[in-house]
Amino acid sequence: MSDKIIIDLKNIVVSYDGERVLDRINLSIRDKEFVTLLGPSGCGKTTTLRIIGGFVSADEGEIYFDGKKINDLPAHKRKVNTVFQRYALFPHLNVFDNVAFGLKLQKLPKNEIQQAVRKMLEIVNLKGFERRKVNQLSGGQQQRVAIARALVNRPKVLLLDEPLGALDLKLRKEMQLELMNIQKQLGITFIYVTHDQEEALTMSDTVVVMKDGEIQQIGSPQDIYNEPTNAFVADFIGENNIFDGVMLEDYKVQIHGHVFDCVDKGFMKNQPVDVVIRPEDIRIVKPEESPLVGVVESVIFKGVHYESTVKCEGFSWLIHSTQCAPVGSKIGIAFGPEDIHIMNKLVPFSTNRVEGVVTEENTVEFLGVTMVRPNLGLSVDTPVMLTIDPKDIEIVSEDISDLTVYLESMVWKGAYNEMVIWTHDRQMILHSQNDEQVATDIGIKFHTENILIEPLSQGKEA
Amino acid sequence: MKKVASRAYVWLIYLFLYLPILVLIVFSFNDSKSTAKFTGFTLHWYTDLFRDRDLLMAMLHTLEIALLASIIATVLGTAAAIGIRSMGKAGRSVMMNLTYLPVVNPEIVTGVSLMLLFVFLGGLLGFQQGFGTVLIAHVTFCTPYVILNVLPKLRQMDISQYEAAQDLGCSPGKAFFKAVIPQILPGITSGALMAFTFSLDDFMITYFTNGAGFETLPTMIFSMVRRRVSPKINALSTLIFVIVLLMLILINIKDIRREKRERKQEKRAV
Repeated sequence: MSDKIIIDLKNIVVSYDGERVLDRINLSIRDKEFVTLLGPSGCGKTTTLRIIGGFVSADEGEIYFDGKKINDLPAHKRKVNTVFQRYALFPHLNVFDNVAFGLKLQKLPKNEIQQAVRKMLEIVNLKGFERRKVNQLSGGQQQRVAIARALVNRPKVLLLDEPLGALDLKLRKEMQLELMNIQKQLGITFIYVTHDQEEALTMSDTVVVMKDGEIQQIGSPQDIYNEPTNAFVADFIGENNIFDGVMLEDYKVQIHGHVFDCVDKGFMKNQPVDVVIRPEDIRIVKPEESPLVGVVESVIFKGVHYESTVKCEGFSWLIHSTQCAPVGSKIGIAFGPEDIHIMNKLVPFSTNRVEGVVTEENTVEFLGVTMVRPNLGLSVDTPVMLTIDPKDIEIVSEDISDLTVYLESMVWKGAYNEMVIWTHDRQMILHSQNDEQVATDIGIKFHTENILIEPLSQGKEA
Repeated sequence: MKKVASRAYVWLIYLFLYLPILVLIVFSFNDSKSTAKFTGFTLHWYTDLFRDRDLLMAMLHTLEIALLASIIATVLGTAAAIGIRSMGKAGRSVMMNLTYLPVVNPEIVTGVSLMLLFVFLGGLLGFQQGFGTVLIAHVTFCTPYVILNVLPKLRQMDISQYEAAQDLGCSPGKAFFKAVIPQILPGITSGALMAFTFSLDDFMITYFTNGAGFETLPTMIFSMVRRRVSPKINALSTLIFVIVLLMLILINIKDIRREKRERKQEKRAV
């Protein structure tokens, strides 16, 4: 890897049908670097790849390749090649002709083409497969052909769009190692798209974690794993204990009502935060040795360690430890101050505050939803402030919902999923037991009887 | 016993299918003009046929129209299919229905409406019905068949293959010919063949759009039969049947050969 920047994305914006799929992406990729774009489906990672490949054009922003702006350069003139998600081999050509496709277009002499193709097929372990038809090959073999077809053109940058997604686990592990070897051997920049965090951590020099069209964090696998910038990254990158907490003052954090010493500072007094504690940092101790006492719910032997789930005050704790306590026993949960990672919440609020207005006697309208509240005692047209607790918003099927919203992110907080949602103009959070697909629309219903309504007097906004 | 019965049943069906053609062939060699009695063998009707300039002219027209119409319909239909494929869901279903309509619409309605259009436009722009109008009419009813044959092939194709070709250095146009066409070619050829055969034997629509003086074989035969059944027609029909039969055999032989060749290649590869 050198320090030369080969690809530079500056303020890239892409919208489909008025929806922003990429929102101001800034990314610099160095020559010979192995970069992985990691994120859940719908996060914009494939779109970013297609921007570089030339199959999607940016609405705003600039793309530089080797210092030259290439926004308007069509795909076939770019010095990058792509390995497509479903291989996209040409079924009417055999293995040799598939791999030779690019070289033939360059009008190279025949014997040169033959040599290059032979050599590349050797590199991907497909020697002797030249005359085979591509649809007679197994998934793994087709994948190798696709890689050879792209690499034989000696691109400066190879784009790989979830290339191992269709392979079974064992084959995937093999191919991961092979790809890493090929990358080192040929010295080509790899930009790799995946939603598999383990794959990303294993293979890359640099991992780019994306969510909802925005980059969350860029760093080495170690950085991403040890110092995630927020709960989303922490949740996505591995199994983790993520809880809601409150930063009482510098070096003091409150988790589930208990106060712990920590090593973080610089937060506001009583600021709600996300707390991450890695399962391998937790020790199992005697119940009297820790303020957190829980009951072991399950133990799974994982070879190197035991994975225990412990229920403590309604929250599940995941513990990876060489010690194990039998299921049903009471244990204490212990960790040191340096094991507590404090991070800003994904949204700067922990409950929802929404303005509404009294439209009729005992009726309030907010976000286009009307609710009846007996004995409200406020006159018509009074502006009001509603406080909606995250757990008073329920996910329901869209046909019986009060409102359809866009699900931006979802993080498991030990007892519920904290979801960040967007109504057409505002961000809200909700707590739910459901698992939903992020980057899709969901229906929600308000438990209106629990909503706190206060008249909005002048100057007391938000 | 059961086997004999089932075999007899099959033969009976084939007899039923092919007897009329057999009778036609036999009577094309009949010495007399009678359609009831076979009086002796002759090639007289065949020589007569090739002396009939009008009939030969009609044959030429038929081939010209069929060839041109199928080529134009193939180009238009393929382009349309690609357009429909890349449309959104709503647009696609509208276009598909518009495509099916001419196929299910009774030919006579298509024929009459085309005639009305040509008469109206002819009066407006000053042209006569003839070769041009027949060609346009044939292209009109042939194009949907091409679309319907090409679309499934496009649907089977992975769109990223087109992108892959561009990725490897093809301009968009070249990528189309190198990656898309080879894969939808079976659909294009079957669509073209269908268009060709439908155009070849179309009577109804031609009848309404040919005006005076421009005859294709079907309209010609129709007007001849209306006057008096001539054994010349038998001879002509026999010839057409034999040509079609030969074409069918040829295509089959080609298929068998290709299969053999592919099997050999596979063996060598393994």
